[in-house]
Amino acid sequence: MSSIIARRRHPAAGYAAVAGGLVVAGVLYSVLSGGGASAAAPANASTSIAEGKSLFIQSCSTCHGLDAQGTSQAPSLVGAGAAAVDFQMSTGRMPAKEIGAENPRKPTDFTKTQIYDIAGWIASLGGGPAIPSASQVSTAGANTALGYELFNTNCAQCHGFAGAGGALTYGKYAPALSAANATQIYEAMLTGPEAMPVFGDGTITPAEKRDIIAYVINTRTEPNPGGLSLGRTGPVTEGLVAWLGGLGFLVLIAMWLTAKRRDRRIESEQE
Amino acid sequence: MSETEEPRRRVIGTPSSEPAALDRVVSERGQEIDAVAVLPSDPENLGHAKRIERIVALCFILAFFAGVGFIAAYVGIEVGPSAPAHTDLVDEAFRSNLALGLSLAVALLAIGTGSMLWVRHLTPNIEVVEHRHALRSDPEDRAKFEEFFTKGAQVSQVTKRPLLRRTMLLATAPLALAPLVLLRDLGPLPEDSLRVTAWRKGLRAVVFGTNRPLTPADISIPGSMITVIPEGYAGDDDALAKSGVILIKFAPGQLQVPTVYNGKTQLYGMNWTVDNIVAYSKICTHVGCPVALYEQTTHHILCPCHQSTFDAAHGAKVIFGPAARPLPQLPMGTDADGYLVALSDFTQPVGPSFWERG
Repeated sequence: MSSIIARRRHPAAGYAAVAGGLVVAGVLYSVLSGGGASAAAPANASTSIAEGKSLFIQSCSTCHGLDAQGTSQAPSLVGAGAAAVDFQMSTGRMPAKEIGAENPRKPTDFTKTQIYDIAGWIASLGGGPAIPSASQVSTAGANTALGYELFNTNCAQCHGFAGAGGALTYGKYAPALSAANATQIYEAMLTGPEAMPVFGDGTITPAEKRDIIAYVINTRTEPNPGGLSLGRTGPVTEGLVAWLGGLGFLVLIAMWLTAKRRDRRIESEQE
Repeated sequence: MSETEEPRRRVIGTPSSEPAALDRVVSERGQEIDAVAVLPSDPENLGHAKRIERIVALCFILAFFAGVGFIAAYVGIEVGPSAPAHTDLVDEAFRSNLALGLSLAVALLAIGTGSMLWVRHLTPNIEVVEHRHALRSDPEDRAKFEEFFTKGAQVSQVTKRPLLRRTMLLATAPLALAPLVLLRDLGPLPEDSLRVTAWRKGLRAVVFGTNRPLTPADISIPGSMITVIPEGYAGDDDALAKSGVILIKFAPGQLQVPTVYNGKTQLYGMNWTVDNIVAYSKICTHVGCPVALYEQTTHHILCPCHQSTFDAAHGAKVIFGPAARPLPQLPMGTDADGYLVALSDFTQPVGPSFWERG
């Protein structure tokens, strides 16, 4: 400890103090905010619409209205369908923490049964896309190459070529696709959550949706050819590394090459 | 009799404050310096030199091993389906890239660092400045040359015989102008290729990638968007470069495309939409990126390149960004079988503005 105090007037002491404070704050935040809770997969129980209605009134009706008819703060859910409810709630986007530009993915507080109950009640109000079954989202035998073509044409401009996400206007963004499972990807395409357009079964058939899911999942697990992913956002991060890292290194080398040499004049130690 | 001064704060590049005894040797103008006598044969501080020698030797040995490693990585890590233990192309490429890149970088950096240390610390640090004699010739030589040049001009008869001079210019003039004519012929002129796309009356819109034609019932959900191309052009990249179109479906009442004419030519209109489905060119009118970021909630189309934003509900009017013109609208209708077809080609050029667009 005394060695630290002895160096308190060192020129780098200020920088060390700030860095140490940042590290402490970061560690405290990650410890206290906790990891995500995962909803356990339930046994196949029939959805209870009455239960769903009471859950809805408890958690969702403040913004969406008692009959899901919508208020000034949130749209009507009549006709939204069970798939939309399952997507929004299983990714934790709903119930929304705050009304902002976009609802981010966060750990969900609801079990799968509860989500299915609420979805069942919403579906009973006005129909809408149903939750896809396991076989509907299975990527066995999917054509990943066609999925790649469709992804590039319809999805990559918002979500990035490697599914790393991208920016939209006024604070909205297309999220990265690394956390979504196959069901959620299918539901997102089917229902078009928030600013995302709808890709109904008429424009992209269920088989083509499975191809796209296969491509997304495949890309997620592929190694990066260069070693580091650099966020998989392409030119931005790669350019940053090249300019700051590469060019900075070259500038330092240039400074060293041209620095005037000091002559050492040490009287002692003559051989 | 100099006092020891406060040493200056040194940063990289600050020259040393005390000059060495034989730091600089400067000659008079035009005088030669005997470099053999002036250069010291050994560095002044031999202990320091020995230390540096060891460091440089280590650098070179490291470079040797890195270079050998480069060759070994190239020969040893095989990439591709013909490789003996082929697993995954991306995986193999990653390992190969990493090994080759690291070894080559280390080898070159080590050679460079070793050489730099050698030159900076083991070679003499003496500036030898030999001033040149004046470059300008002395006046007698200049006068002599001037005489010789004028006599030469007379002897060649160019100054004395104007007919010769003038016909020489006449002979060479056409050949000098010939490149202008020859270069004009390079490449085909665009003619009207900038003004037309592949769309024609009655050509069906098919989904890009699957080539499936669409009926309005296929795009029935408000907020739907899909990219389409003209039927039959799936492999023709030249035609597709201009012909990409996005179809957007709106809820009833939301789509309000204004009717816009340019003289006699209609440019936009609700009569070009089918069941609240509108078709816009996918090529941005700024620099030509595919503009397909569609935000369903605000019905804005955003171009990812320079963030030009178009209002899809009001004729793709530009509401933000550097684009100067709204996206052209493709007239859409249905054919006898109910599929979506174009009613004609675009009535204005798609893509970035160009000088002759008029």
